[in-house]
Formats: sequence, structure tokens, C-alpha cells
Amino acid sequence: MGKSYQTIAFYQDKCDGCGDCVPACSRRHTDTINPGHSRIKVAKDTEQQSFGVALCRQCGQPQCVMNCPSGALSKDMSTGIVKWDKDKCVNCQLCTLACPYGGITYNTLTDHVMKCDFCDGDPVCVKACPKGALALKQVASIFNSWGDLEDLVVPGLSACLGCNSEMLLRHTLRRIGSNAVVATPPGCIAGVGSVGVNGKTGLKIPVFHPLLTNTASMLAGAGRYYKRIGRDVTMLALAGDGGTADVGFQSLSGAAERGEQMIYICVDNEGYMNTGVQRSSTTPYGAWTSTTPVGAVLRGKTRDAKPMPLLMVMHNCEYVATASTAFMEDYYAKVEKAIEAAKKGMAYIHVFSPCPTGWRFPPGKLIEVARKAVETNIVPLWEYEYRDGRIRFTHPVDKPLPVQAYLSLIGKYKHLDEKQIVFIQEQTDRKIGVLKKFEKAEGKGSPVSSD
Amino acid sequence: MHHTKYLIIGSSHAGLSALDAIRLQDKEGSLTLVTQESCLPYSPTILPYVLSGQTQPEKVFLRDQQSLDSLSIAFKPGTKVVALDGKSRQVAVQSGEKIEYEKLLLATGAAPKRPPGQGLEAVPHHVLRTLEDALSMRSKIRKDATAVVIGAGLIGLHAAENLAKGGMKVVVVETLPQVLPGYFDEEASQMIHRAFSDKGVKILLNKKVSRVKGAEGEATVKLASGETLLAELLVVATGIQPRMEYLKGSGVEVDQGILVDERMRTSVSGIWAAGDVAQTRGFFESSKILNATLPNAVEQGRIAGMDMVNDPALKVHQGAVALNTYKFFGHRAFSVGMIRAGEGCEVEKVVVPEGFKYQKLVFKGDQLVGASGINSDLDPGILFQLIRRKTYLGDVKDRFCASPVDISRVMMTSMWR
Repeated sequence: MGKSYQTIAFYQDKCDGCGDCVPACSRRHTDTINPGHSRIKVAKDTEQQSFGVALCRQCGQPQCVMNCPSGALSKDMSTGIVKWDKDKCVNCQLCTLACPYGGITYNTLTDHVMKCDFCDGDPVCVKACPKGALALKQVASIFNSWGDLEDLVVPGLSACLGCNSEMLLRHTLRRIGSNAVVATPPGCIAGVGSVGVNGKTGLKIPVFHPLLTNTASMLAGAGRYYKRIGRDVTMLALAGDGGTADVGFQSLSGAAERGEQMIYICVDNEGYMNTGVQRSSTTPYGAWTSTTPVGAVLRGKTRDAKPMPLLMVMHNCEYVATASTAFMEDYYAKVEKAIEAAKKGMAYIHVFSPCPTGWRFPPGKLIEVARKAVETNIVPLWEYEYRDGRIRFTHPVDKPLPVQAYLSLIGKYKHLDEKQIVFIQEQTDRKIGVLKKFEKAEGKGSPVSSD
Repeated sequence: MHHTKYLIIGSSHAGLSALDAIRLQDKEGSLTLVTQESCLPYSPTILPYVLSGQTQPEKVFLRDQQSLDSLSIAFKPGTKVVALDGKSRQVAVQSGEKIEYEKLLLATGAAPKRPPGQGLEAVPHHVLRTLEDALSMRSKIRKDATAVVIGAGLIGLHAAENLAKGGMKVVVVETLPQVLPGYFDEEASQMIHRAFSDKGVKILLNKKVSRVKGAEGEATVKLASGETLLAELLVVATGIQPRMEYLKGSGVEVDQGILVDERMRTSVSGIWAAGDVAQTRGFFESSKILNATLPNAVEQGRIAGMDMVNDPALKVHQGAVALNTYKFFGHRAFSVGMIRAGEGCEVEKVVVPEGFKYQKLVFKGDQLVGASGINSDLDPGILFQLIRRKTYLGDVKDRFCASPVDISRVMMTSMWR
């Protein structure tokens, strides 16, 4: 599996060309201040007042390494740093021709090429930058902790092209691990093959197929049995919005009220997407479905979605969170918390799950849709922990985009008129306002009465 | 019979970069890497530096045994392929052994080319293509002895410089009117020429060799113009030619080199070719050309390897660009793309002869198509990308010409990741 490393990020809009990074780099490497020794070069386009840096990117597949005829350049797989061995280098400079970034340059003072060595993990240029234009970043760091975990889903599921649920299923089970029992009621997750065909399941761990109505109660029963025989097993439900918010709601509500120890993940694609795209109680206002058609009179759904995550907060769950697959690190962190919370009671995660097939958008736009939903505040990312009794925004959006930036990506909203869009914007603002009140709630326990 | 899923013939840059690309996708499929060399993989580009003594033979290897083992491959040095049967998917090696493959990459490189009809067949001489060549030439360097180098290309000039540094009296003979015609225009090559003259290396231009005679250590080179040169050390550096003699009867289509398409596929299914041996489309030319440079070998090997494992990230070959770097007598030079202004081209040139500095940018319309320099501060790699991405310069062009180092770096920062 891949490995993620730290790297120096450059934010062009924050750089004012002060060049403080240059003497810092020079001093670190030579004890003198001479821009000729600096491994970072600041470039100026004075007319446009824009700036650039030539600096080693510590590439994953470094061109300089591949183009070096002497074996002097190599990628250190433990640190990710592209290393230069002066002893082997013959000064042919092919690396300067291979690097697209000007990341390895010729130092005329030493008559040798030079490149960034990352200052033993603590780059001085980053510390010297007064504007925050240089920053130490580690992207996709989840690979280091999760990358080697086993994929517990068989290959070859029959999900639609671009399906959000398959990704979610694979990533979730990877972390939950094999000491678990999974309940997948009728819905897309079961339909893509997790409960299998011809008597074989699509998961490498125990999975069962409850009715649409009784997922939480069956899982609660199974969980209590394991507890009685003294086995510590994670109980996990992966259900759609129909199985959660509609006909499955009474069993879920009961299990939550009783504090059953389980992780319940609702994969909300806002309707019955595998049976012909019918509306559910989480289908949002204005959305087209086959049962909320668009015509001369009707303009999509007339009622707004049931606020499932908030309802679960009201049930005094141990842990409640919302998630979007465009923000996987945020999701991973929430799964970690859910695993802990489920040892005490119910952990509920509501995952926003755009559906290319039912919502009418190209499969390749899935992540963009999932991201825009968050950036417009249509789907705010937050979590609630019973022990501190308040909602915490995990990805606060201070300057949300207008809702149209999200709606315009999706076919099920293409009929919306201006009045409807204004209404959706108002509702979105109102809902954020409500959540912000929960953010300010004080005191241990729930914002509502608790026993 | 040895059976292997992937067979790579040739262990220099094209072969190694294909190897890495294959292993990125297929960690387990059996892979055999053969080379006629009897040692670990190395690059022919390193040889001038072995000749000069700047590096030692034991330090030049691109991979050690441990790193090859970690890729779980069978590495077979000293294995010269003599025949190929594309139908039964087998190659025959000199020892008589046969290797059966499913997918084959020909990265057999090139061998020195000798001009015919000059009697070179009968006269012992030196070339610079293998580690052995470099060590053999190095052992013949004698202070104050005479050396003749035929050919003023990169290999010829590298050899001449190192022989001169070893105290030899060196004469270079070139048929064309300038040195390094493939990489530099007249003006730049005159500067390079001057650097050689200043160090006592004589370069004779526009001179044809008519006859070479004699034995090792006492050859004579007769020129068409009448002079005769004494060569106690004779070096032939008149170019290279793809090594394809084993392809006879294989059905693989060849021209000057092995003809390949934009995925490095040859005319025979299951066989790819890359590197100095391959003839690919040129970036500026519609015809297929040879382009024996290290960066091209790396690029082509990677594309071949990715295609051999059906890597979905494969982007087809955009065509070979002439490019290189060159270091001589403490000066450094580079060249990318077009060096002379063709039709519809403009040139922006900076020459500072007293500082021994030269810089030339060639544009076609709103695009950069070529850049070359001597002791220039330009980033060759960034300019190479501007050329190959066919970057639209538009109204940036004036500022670009005024301060190309800064503007190209700013463009790179905002345009590519």
C-alpha cells in the first residue's frame, strides 16, 4: 500500500514575495547568507504582482531520480525525501532537465547541483515565512494508518458506475475489522452484493439481511447474545435512508432509546434509488423523483427532508455525526469515535451519499457533488458527543457558496425556478442557524432533558 | 525452458523504467531482466565520467542486487539475445538457452557506428559505449601522446576533453561545419569550440577522413584535404546505431530503428520497444525519428511498461524532443527542442561573450518551441515543460522574454502540480 509523507506546500495567494525563506535556507545549509546557496528560489512577476517558488516537491515518482545516470539521486521510502549523494554525482545536470519544478538547480558557488533536504523534517523556510505561504503538509495521511488494513469486501460488486456506497462500504469495513457482524437491510448496500448471490456473501465477515423494518432490533438482539456469551463483537448496521428514516425508524428509535451498543450508519442517497428512484422522507424539498414528478403543477417534492441526525441527537445517542465522502479524513475520524462510543451505547453516523444514477449527474462528478454539498452548507459536517452535550462543527464553512453552486450540478434539481432556489437558500441558512444553537449548548448531557 | 510473463532485454534506463512501471501494477507476475553486460545495470551516459576518473566503476550502478531482489525479478547479466521468434514468443540466447515470454520489451540500446570505407575495420580503435570501453580508453591515456577523435558530437567532445585533461595532445575531426550540430546553433557551438581551443584541443571542421591505417598505438588518419594525423590513441565517435541484429526473421518491422507506435508497441503483438533502439514519432516532426537520449529512454520505457500491464493511467507518447545537458571545461550547457528558427519562428537571444554566457529562446507564434543556453540560469526542466505542454504565452510573452527565469517559475507555480 502507498505511504503518505510530509511535504512543503506553497500558497501562491499568500506569498508577497518578501523572500525571507531564501536567507533562512542559505544560512541553514552554509552558515552564510547568499541567495545562491538557497534551495528555495522565489520568482516574481512584478507586473502581475504574483510570485512563484522553485522548490523540490519530493515527488512520489521523481523524474530527477529516474533520469540520473549515476545513481546519485534516490527516494528514501521511509521519509519520502529525495536524497542527493554528492559522492556519486558526476554533475551531468540531467536532473535539472528532468525536473518540471526547478526543484534541483545548479549552484554556481559550489559548482554542483543542490536540492531541498527537508532540514531533517523541520524546514527552516516554513518557519521563516511570515505570511503562511509555506506550510508543512501531509496529505492522505490516512494511508499510513489505514492503507495496510484488509479490504473485507469481495471484488466485483454490482454497484452502478460511480457509486458512493461501494466506496463507503469498503472503507468502513476496513477500519471496523473482522470482529464484527454486519446488518444490511434491503437497499443499495445489500443490492450491490454485500449479502451476495447463490448463497455466498459479498463480505469476508458475517453479514445478514434483516427486513427493511427491523434492522436495529435484529442487530440489538444479536449484540445482546454476544454479550451474554462474553464475546466482544462490534455490531454494525449499514442501511439506506428508507430503512433508517421511513419504515425502519421505529426499530431504530427504540434501539437508540434503550442505548443498544451498536454503530448504525445511514447511507443517505435521499430516496429509494435501487427500486426506481422513489421519494423517501429524507428526499429534500424540490427534488425530482419518480413519485415527486415535475410537470405543469408539481415541481418536485413539496416537503423538506426529515432531519435524521438531529432526531438521533434528541434520542441521547452516545455519538452522532454527519459525513460526506468528499472529506474522507473527517469520516475516518468519526468512525474511530463511533467504534469507541458503541462500547457504551448507540453511535449513529449519517453519510450524505450522492447517487449518479438516481440524481442524474455524471458518475465522474460524485466527489464534486459531495464536496459542493458541504461547501454550500446543504450538508454541514458536525458531530455530537453525549458526554459534552453539544454539536461541534468538524469542517466549519465560514463563507458558504450559494446553494445554486450545488443544485446546478444535479439533474434532479434542474427544473427549479428562482423562487424554489431562494426557498432552499433560506431553509439552508435557517438549518445552519438551528445547528449553531446546539453548538452553543452548555453543560454535560444532552441539550434536551436527559436521565 | 525458462518461462516468464514479462521479459525485458536491456537493463539501462528504458529497461529499468519499464520494470518500475510494471511492478507498480503487477507485483507478482514473473519478470526476467536480461542484459549482455556482465554486471549490474548502469547508464552509458556515465561513461565519460568513468573515463575522466570523476567516478569509479564500482560506484556507477543504478541498482544493487538487493534492490533488484526486492522487486522479485530474475536478473540475468551476461545474457546476449541472438534470435527472436515472435510467433512462438521465444528468444534464443547465445548460450543456447531459450526463454519463453508472454510480453517482451526490446530495450537493447545502440552500438557505436563506424563510417564505412575508411579502413576502420582493420585498425584497432576505441569507442565509448560500455564500461569496458571506458576503462580500456582510460588505461591508454599517456601524457604528451597524440590522440585523434573522429566526430565532434557529445561522445567525441567528452572523450577529447578527458584525454586533454590527461595531458594528451588531442585533435578532433568533424565533417560538418560546427561541433554539436544536433544541440546548438553556430554561435553557441563556436563558443564551445573556443573553450576547447583555449585548452589546446584542436578541432578540425569540414574535414572528411579518407583512410585510417596502422596498428594500436600508432595509427595514422589521412584526411581528404591531404593532411595526415598521427594517432597514438584513436577514438571513433561518429554516432550510434540501434542494436537490432537479433531481429532478423522475427517479423518485427524496422527502419533506422525498431518502429513503434505511441504506446511503444512494435508491429508484432506482444512485443514493445523503447529507448535508443526505438524509432518513435518526433514531437515536432510527423515522421518517426531516432532520439537516443537518456530522458527519452526513461519516458519511453515507462510508457512501454505501463502499456504492458494495461495501466489505466497511461498517457500516450507525445513524441520525442531533442534535449540534453552538457558540461565542458567547467562550463555548462543545455538544449531543449528547436535550436534554429524555422519558418514562422522568432528568436530571443542574449549573448554575453565576455562572461561566456549564451541564451536563446525560440518561439513559434505564442508558444515556446526551443531553448538553449551556456552558463545560463534558466531552468531547463521548466522550459521543457512549457514546450511540451504547448503552453500559450500570449501577453506574457514580452515579460517572459525580459525575465525568463522568473516568469517561467511563476508560470510553473500557478500552472502545474
